[in-house]
Amino acid sequence: MSAPGKGGFSKAVYTRPRSLVDVKSHFCPGCHHGTIHKIVAESIDRYGLREKTIGVACVGCAVFLYDYIDVDVVESPHGRAPAVATGVKRAQPDKFVFTYQGDGDLAAIGTSEIIHAANRGENLSVIFVNNTTYGMTGGQMAPTTMLGQKTSTTPYGRDFSSDGYPIRMAELLAGLEGTAYSARVAVSTPAQIRKAKEAVRKAFEMQIAGMGLSIVEFLSTCPTNWGMKPLDAQKRVLGEMSEYFPLGVFKERKQADIA
Amino acid sequence: MSALAVSPSKRLLTKGNEAICLGAVAAGCRHYFGYPITPQNDIPEHMAAHLPALGGTFLQAESEVATINMMLGTSASGKRVMTSSSGPGISLMQEGLSYMAGSELPAVVVNISRSGPGLGGIAPSQGDYFQAVKGGGHGGYRLIVLAPHSVQEMYALTMLAFDLADKYRTPVLILGDAIVGQMKEPFVASPYDPASTVEKPWALTGCAGRERRNVKSLYLKDNAIEVHNWKLHEKYERIRENEVRAESYMLDGATIAIVAFGTAARVSKTAIQWARKEGIAAGMLRPITLFPFPKREVFELARTVDFLLVIEMNTGQMVEDVRQCTPLHDRIAFLGKPCAMPTPEEILERIRLLAGKKG
Amino acid sequence: MTGDIIMAGFGGQGILMIGNLLALTAMEEGKHVTYFPAYGVEMRGGTANCTVVVSDEEIGSPVVGRPKGLLIMNGPSMEKFLPMLASGGDLIINSSLVEERQVTRDDVRLLPVPADDIARNKIGSRQMASMVALGAYVARSGIVKLSTVFDCLPKVISKKYEKFIPLNVTALKEGAALAGFHA
Repeated sequence: MSAPGKGGFSKAVYTRPRSLVDVKSHFCPGCHHGTIHKIVAESIDRYGLREKTIGVACVGCAVFLYDYIDVDVVESPHGRAPAVATGVKRAQPDKFVFTYQGDGDLAAIGTSEIIHAANRGENLSVIFVNNTTYGMTGGQMAPTTMLGQKTSTTPYGRDFSSDGYPIRMAELLAGLEGTAYSARVAVSTPAQIRKAKEAVRKAFEMQIAGMGLSIVEFLSTCPTNWGMKPLDAQKRVLGEMSEYFPLGVFKERKQADIA
Repeated sequence: MSALAVSPSKRLLTKGNEAICLGAVAAGCRHYFGYPITPQNDIPEHMAAHLPALGGTFLQAESEVATINMMLGTSASGKRVMTSSSGPGISLMQEGLSYMAGSELPAVVVNISRSGPGLGGIAPSQGDYFQAVKGGGHGGYRLIVLAPHSVQEMYALTMLAFDLADKYRTPVLILGDAIVGQMKEPFVASPYDPASTVEKPWALTGCAGRERRNVKSLYLKDNAIEVHNWKLHEKYERIRENEVRAESYMLDGATIAIVAFGTAARVSKTAIQWARKEGIAAGMLRPITLFPFPKREVFELARTVDFLLVIEMNTGQMVEDVRQCTPLHDRIAFLGKPCAMPTPEEILERIRLLAGKKG
Repeated sequence: MTGDIIMAGFGGQGILMIGNLLALTAMEEGKHVTYFPAYGVEMRGGTANCTVVVSDEEIGSPVVGRPKGLLIMNGPSMEKFLPMLASGGDLIINSSLVEERQVTRDDVRLLPVPADDIARNKIGSRQMASMVALGAYVARSGIVKLSTVFDCLPKVISKKYEKFIPLNVTALKEGAALAGFHA
């Protein structure tokens, strides 16, 4: 069949999510933030949350959330997003609240805030973007930097004897009673993107059902600071990163702990 | 008996720390975040007991760092929010205070100060003056700073703090100390009477029926941060112009004027009463707002008295601000006592010495 | 009437309770009053003390270096506070627990009160010892009226214990009698 010239035959099979702002991305080529933003925006739309959402942006490349997601956003100091989100949610329990944090933010400077927010079972959703480096400040070592990985502050490669090991946050948080849902996903293949969408939906459903803190860790790329072409960066996610940071669901609460 | 249930017309024998809670609740504050530290634990304990029944939130945070950021979130939601702490905890809050000043978010922070630096001690002190009035955190900002000297003022200034915070969209600090925090004295729970109600069209409540909003302190484009800094500066100038508060105590015909705040001012009142009985014309100018500082009042006073006697529970901080108010530096004397209250006897002795110098 | 007093003893002896009661009584009589308790680490280790200042004028310092009154309920408090008492000041000691020879000054007006003995033997409750001591101090100093103290008892004693109010009145009277005051 030839391409339909008349309107009656055309059908939109894809539109930009309502909650995604129609702007050009400023992120580097091959960076996953854009894909992750879109998944978040789609899930906000799916549950009709746009007009009752308050997002919490962190410090790092992830801060630019407010330029891309068409919802109210408060900016948090570095690592403090789970505390800021706690303050928002406690003041407005009927609203939908999520944080969007990078690995330096959540897994280094903000470990205290994420662990205690999870342990309190704060009814929040956390989008955690792990690209094994500090993107905005120019590629320094992150708490998730792989052993042997060269960064601007591990010029000879990360060495466990002086720098410790890459930290697996999804597993760590799954071990806390207050965590309702914890999963790790990637977005390097269409199949992975489908799974990632499922995970984010599940995380959002947890909050809607009042189950406690939900977190989805995304394995993500930083071609610029990794010194890789975008395609090679995808391969790294599929290869060594997925080996050390296994994809999967680490905790899924079935019932709320409500007395 | 619930302290919150008593009739407003009656005198109550109440602890300063509790009066702060009563003032906060009267002013509509229903959200409190905090972390335990001596000598202010009565405040979180009181709030934990009473806020839930009022439909509010009490949350003991994992740290003061988390506390101030929880406040940031609640304030961004458009709600009145308070915390209390002491020196070491207030230091941990400086990051969040800077962000809140930059994001123009109202909040009330109470410092029932103790001795420092470091872990210091729990003795009453005014060593946090510089931290309170000069900004405290990074980037150049001011907090409005209120200094109560009685239980009545702990109550009234807390209500005022919420009004000023909302009016100017800025954090307000109440600088007390262990004496005014721990002491009990009669006070009247006068009804809350806000000067005006402030709308919060900037609050983040979900973008139903409107454009999305951001609350942020990051300004990367062109000269946006410079513009923002000038905007904040203009706000601080308005505060300086409109919000100075000070008490004149027995200044009629005074030749020696004490300048002191908080507990140091309170103790000075006894010494002034004694000095007057001896025929020495002593009085006091007591700054109630430390920022904005009563510059004009100090300038005028310095011209009419023989001596300004600055008294502080530290080794000399506010005295630097007093020196900036007047060129008559040879009229400024200082009595400092770090980490302890000066006694009325010590103050009287210094008053006598100054009176002798002139006489 | 103007006066100030430091009260000190073991935690659990009711020091803060009688300090509060005295302050409340002064307030009811329309006086200026402050009450300042020891706080924080001072409270650890089981000691308790508080300062009450009563005045017809606005009170400056709620803490006093030379109190006109001292109420001592145990031995360790004597060592700590006796040097501070103003010359000619009133010294009430719980002579059931504090030996009179511990009073190393002769420029003060000593009133030994066997508070624990009276509480246990005459009133039947050791808990009443601090009330006996307060009764003695109030009668000796005249800082407030004993009858106003009676009136204020219901404000410091919770509903649960209100049946003990008459016992407290008896204790206050016993103490006052030792100071030569008979209600």
